[in-house]
Amino acid sequence: MHPELKEYEDKMPAKLLEELEEKCPASKLKRAAVKLYEEYCNSRIESGEAVGLVSAESIGEPGTQMTLDTFHFAGVHELNVTMGLPRLIEILDGRKEVSTPLMEVFLKNPYNKGKDLRELALQIKETLVGEVVAEYTTNIVDLQLEVHLKKDRVKELGLTSGAVGKSIEKAIKGIKLSNSGDTLEISMKNRDKHSLNELHKLKESIKEVYLQGIKGIKQALPVKRKEEFVIVTAGSNLKKILEMDFVDTERTTTNDIYEIAAVLGIEAARQAVIDEATKVMEMQGLDVDIRHLMLVADTMCVSGEVKGITRYGVVSEKASVLARASFETPIKHVINAALVGETDPLTSVVENVMLNQPVPIGTGLPGLISKEEPHGKKD
Amino acid sequence: MPKKKQETEKSADSERIVLTTQEEKTPAEPAQAKPAKTEIVTPSESIIPVEPTIKRPEGMSRETAEGITRHVFKQVKSVLFGLLSPKMIKKMASAKIVTPELYDKEGYPVDGGLMDIRLGVIDPGLRCKTCGSKLKECIGHFGYVELARPVVHLKFVPVIYLILKSTCGSCGRILVPQEKHEKFKTFLERIEREEGIEARRKAIKQVIESLKTTNKCPHCKAKQIKVKIEKPTSFVEDDRRIMPVEVRARLERVPDQDCELFGLNPVVARPEWMILTVLAIPPVTVRPSITLETGERSEDDLTHKLGDIVRINQRLFENINAGAPEIIIEDLWDLLQYHVTTFFDNNVPQLPPARHRSGQPLKTITERIKSKEGRIRHNLAGKRTNFCARTVISPDPMIRINEVGVPRIIAMKLTVPEIVNDWNMAYLKKFVNKGPGEYPGANYIIRPDGKKKKITEETKEAALEELQPGYVVERHLLDGDISIFNRQPSLHRMSMMCHRVKVLPGRTLRLNPAVCAPYNADFDGDEMNLHIPQSEEGRAEAELLMEVQTQIVSPKFGISVIGCTQDGISGNYLLTRFLTLQRKEAIELLATVGITDFSRLPRKETITGTELFSLILPEDFHYTGKLKDGSMLVIKEGKILEGFIDSKAIGGDGEGLMLRSLHKQYGPKNIITILNNISRLGIETLLRHGFTASSADVDLVVEAKDKVKAVLDQAEQDSQELIKKFHDGSLELLPSRTLPETLELCLMERLNKARNMCGEIVNAYAKNPKENQTLLMVRSGARASVLSLVQMGAMVGQQALRGKRVDKGYKNRTLSCFKPGDLSPAARGFVANTFKSGLNPKEFFFCSMAGRDSLMDTALRTPKSGYLYRRLANAMQDLRVEYDNTVRDAAGRIIQFEYGEDGVDVAKSESGKIDVQRVIDQV
Repeated sequence: MHPELKEYEDKMPAKLLEELEEKCPASKLKRAAVKLYEEYCNSRIESGEAVGLVSAESIGEPGTQMTLDTFHFAGVHELNVTMGLPRLIEILDGRKEVSTPLMEVFLKNPYNKGKDLRELALQIKETLVGEVVAEYTTNIVDLQLEVHLKKDRVKELGLTSGAVGKSIEKAIKGIKLSNSGDTLEISMKNRDKHSLNELHKLKESIKEVYLQGIKGIKQALPVKRKEEFVIVTAGSNLKKILEMDFVDTERTTTNDIYEIAAVLGIEAARQAVIDEATKVMEMQGLDVDIRHLMLVADTMCVSGEVKGITRYGVVSEKASVLARASFETPIKHVINAALVGETDPLTSVVENVMLNQPVPIGTGLPGLISKEEPHGKKD
Repeated sequence: MPKKKQETEKSADSERIVLTTQEEKTPAEPAQAKPAKTEIVTPSESIIPVEPTIKRPEGMSRETAEGITRHVFKQVKSVLFGLLSPKMIKKMASAKIVTPELYDKEGYPVDGGLMDIRLGVIDPGLRCKTCGSKLKECIGHFGYVELARPVVHLKFVPVIYLILKSTCGSCGRILVPQEKHEKFKTFLERIEREEGIEARRKAIKQVIESLKTTNKCPHCKAKQIKVKIEKPTSFVEDDRRIMPVEVRARLERVPDQDCELFGLNPVVARPEWMILTVLAIPPVTVRPSITLETGERSEDDLTHKLGDIVRINQRLFENINAGAPEIIIEDLWDLLQYHVTTFFDNNVPQLPPARHRSGQPLKTITERIKSKEGRIRHNLAGKRTNFCARTVISPDPMIRINEVGVPRIIAMKLTVPEIVNDWNMAYLKKFVNKGPGEYPGANYIIRPDGKKKKITEETKEAALEELQPGYVVERHLLDGDISIFNRQPSLHRMSMMCHRVKVLPGRTLRLNPAVCAPYNADFDGDEMNLHIPQSEEGRAEAELLMEVQTQIVSPKFGISVIGCTQDGISGNYLLTRFLTLQRKEAIELLATVGITDFSRLPRKETITGTELFSLILPEDFHYTGKLKDGSMLVIKEGKILEGFIDSKAIGGDGEGLMLRSLHKQYGPKNIITILNNISRLGIETLLRHGFTASSADVDLVVEAKDKVKAVLDQAEQDSQELIKKFHDGSLELLPSRTLPETLELCLMERLNKARNMCGEIVNAYAKNPKENQTLLMVRSGARASVLSLVQMGAMVGQQALRGKRVDKGYKNRTLSCFKPGDLSPAARGFVANTFKSGLNPKEFFFCSMAGRDSLMDTALRTPKSGYLYRRLANAMQDLRVEYDNTVRDAAGRIIQFEYGEDGVDVAKSESGKIDVQRVIDQV
């Protein structure tokens, strides 16, 4: 750093100083730094400012302008992603189940230029037996199920019909399986279960047998993003994907916030909340400052785990009984407070509104202590 | 009274609270429900010691020996929640209720009845027997009923059940071996800390169940029988019902230390208090009766319910004393239980709700408290004010942006209190002299002792005579008074701003159209509210923090939300882009706008629009920015060197970047004048130059028309081809899409492309905004867009339903005039006509469908986003920046170490950043 800027190192954000050093000619640097510091001090937030409410307004107000239109293509024609208000609600609710889980898998060097792209996508994708089956025939005489495999598909996946048969045998107990070329003949071992009904059930469960790939990844599509290729997947399994050795672990992400929290920790989850919310806002063409989203993300993550903005999440952690009661299920809160003998310290906003007292925020925050002269003594 | 927080009791002396807490420590006491106890702290004690009296509401003025009014403010420091013990209920009660009768023959409340005047007064003329005050002064007092047999309090049933299940039936100890207590306790405390009280209860149940292998009490070795619950309020053990008396006896046996394991605080909540032996009767002021026109009295729902309780209770007493058979007593007991249960909650799933004779369910305590219309959200968290007005709004571009036009009728009703002193006496006497009927007059004078006197023609003389320093005169609104103006829904802080009053004739509130954007107001019948702050503090805060000029920059994104609208933009665009004026004209125009200093006007006969506009800008203003069409606007030393003015420079709602820059450099005071001038300049220009949009504006030249037709034909042809491919199966599938899906996607894309191409054609041929004023509006960004022009001049385009082409209606077709399975654009909502040429009936119908769809979308979205907003606001309302610059919540937990990681206030930044380049340039 430039010596002229040394004294400001702790006083101003590093970003500002870097920008100044980069843009400003050295001759002006000192004067510019003084001026910038002044400007920065003038732009600082004032103590007591109700930043939480401002953030809530800044996110809530554009919410009224969003479309309910749920689906959008995630850059690919093939994938639908929930967007707009429903997605924002989903993020802020801290829902454990994402309605359309999605991953962006970045690849390491030789692969991101297109090497083995299709193979990698197939490797990632969860393949079930149902996908490689061309036809099922039921042999009524022998009460046998004949499964005809798609030859090219099996080959494409780097499998053999034997391997498919092994997977089925492993997953479903109590069957007899014989392999003849591309056809698997399956019958029940147990005599009592020799019925058409059972065969039908068997057929259904064979469809769901896991063959290979990463569980939870329903689709994997290679997409070109600017200069490189990435794989966009429907379905998400961050932990397993990061274990693959061709994956660029630094940039690969998922839109499932809980998964990020579990795999990468709470700070990553906080960033994920910010990123996902920003994405929704940008998609709708709404401009909301990132500081507001940061504050929401921080409130959701302070406790060390992701909590939604709901009565079970963030709101339930409030110190004040009355504040909780004024949100939802008031009776429950009051009853529980009475049993525990809780004391409401009246440190936040609603309780004081209820009691007709100044709220400890903004201009209600500072107190003034003065000594009063005994009355009438003055003159 | 259970659950009713007693703010009304705030002024009760603290002695009593000390007393009661001590009493409650004797745990053998019988008991019941739970009001909150309130500690009172009197910060002003050193100023005036007040002896706590029940009569005097807090914050009331008080006269000292010198006869000067002083304010005494008490502040509630904290509220403690707990259960009421039976002893406590009796102690705080001022009457024992013994009869269900309400009034005697003369209509006077019966002693010992539910309307006993010891419980407070609701009739004018009567005095409260307990405190001696009259109606409205007496806040009411509790009474009690001695229940013949104990009953279960509905709201505590789950807790009672848990305790019964987890403690020994004979010795009352928790079914955990003594040696494991410590471990158990730390385990439960961890659960509670992490997941809350509810999870703790669940955990107790689980632990006990896992320990229950022996079925023997680890303390007294008694055999345990499993207790079951029979909803809503009975407990059963081995098919034998445990009556509340026995339940109570068992709960009494639970020692304090075991209570703590259940998460109860035995000091404020002994388990046996959850079984009611006495019932607190809420004061009559809580359940006032109303007198109907016929002179008949109509009692409150709670009184009805209490009447039932007292009646059955008496019957039960009589039957017990008369030695009636057990079966009759038990029936009555159950009935009493039912009434007490419905008294607390009339919406219990297993019970039929208690009803009026008319069949309408009674509204009892739970219904009173909960939900949006309940006590908490409606009355406690929602406040109402006096000194406010509401009417229809209308625009007035001639008043300033920070003014609000107030009709004279309103100005004569709303008042500002002014304290009389030696210097303003004569000034205020003028108002009093005019009285309430003449503007500007005064409506009331207030004596120093707080007595309010109405000024009338008759009392005017006396009032003038009486007036002396220390009096307050409530005078009519004057120009320049401070008011707060608001439009619902108040979604952000710019929905409530402070405006200066401007009294005008007429009957509507007037506002400058430039402030429509932050309020989201239009003039199709919108109404707005006006509030007049009554205290000096209120006015100061409104003026400093809420005035329009301080709110120009939105804290949402750091760009100005207030700016020119419509005529303000198109006028300035016309002026700066096309007009050249004679010097005389120019000076006249500027003078109307309010500029009197013409020294900066170039000394020549003809003045260009840009030169004229530059006069409004400050002399040292520099700005470089992009315009709507991508060209640059360059301003140096307050002169426009390049470019012109459009919505990207002066528009509102996050558009006007030049305005943002002006605001940053010259501050809120100056920006208001500049913005006013700019806006007026635009309007005056149009007033002089004229501005007419004609239907010919949207006509295309023949050449363009042909091109549009070619585009349409091509689109139609391509679509048919796609459909053909679809039918013969040669359409190439998009990955993981079905064939019909692929077709829809391709067709949508193709038809959208057609409309975009039309847009380009219209754009290319619409070249001369000077001649075409509809185009001028579009180009300046004042109103409409190229798309609107396309829809009027070239084609309306594809109508979408739920983001797809129209596919609903009849089986396989949208309307009965199409063949089934017709997938052609026209049959699926593609409108090739223009709004000007007119739509055919099918097209019109498709447009209506799309219109209805968007209407529904709005209707469904509003409550959803409203709920999201409420949750956000509720969760984050107590976050604030502390003096150490950290962001903390009400409990003091640090949320952020530095707000937004750099401590910059968005409203003070320029779209979230500090403009380093500008700082460098300025040095």
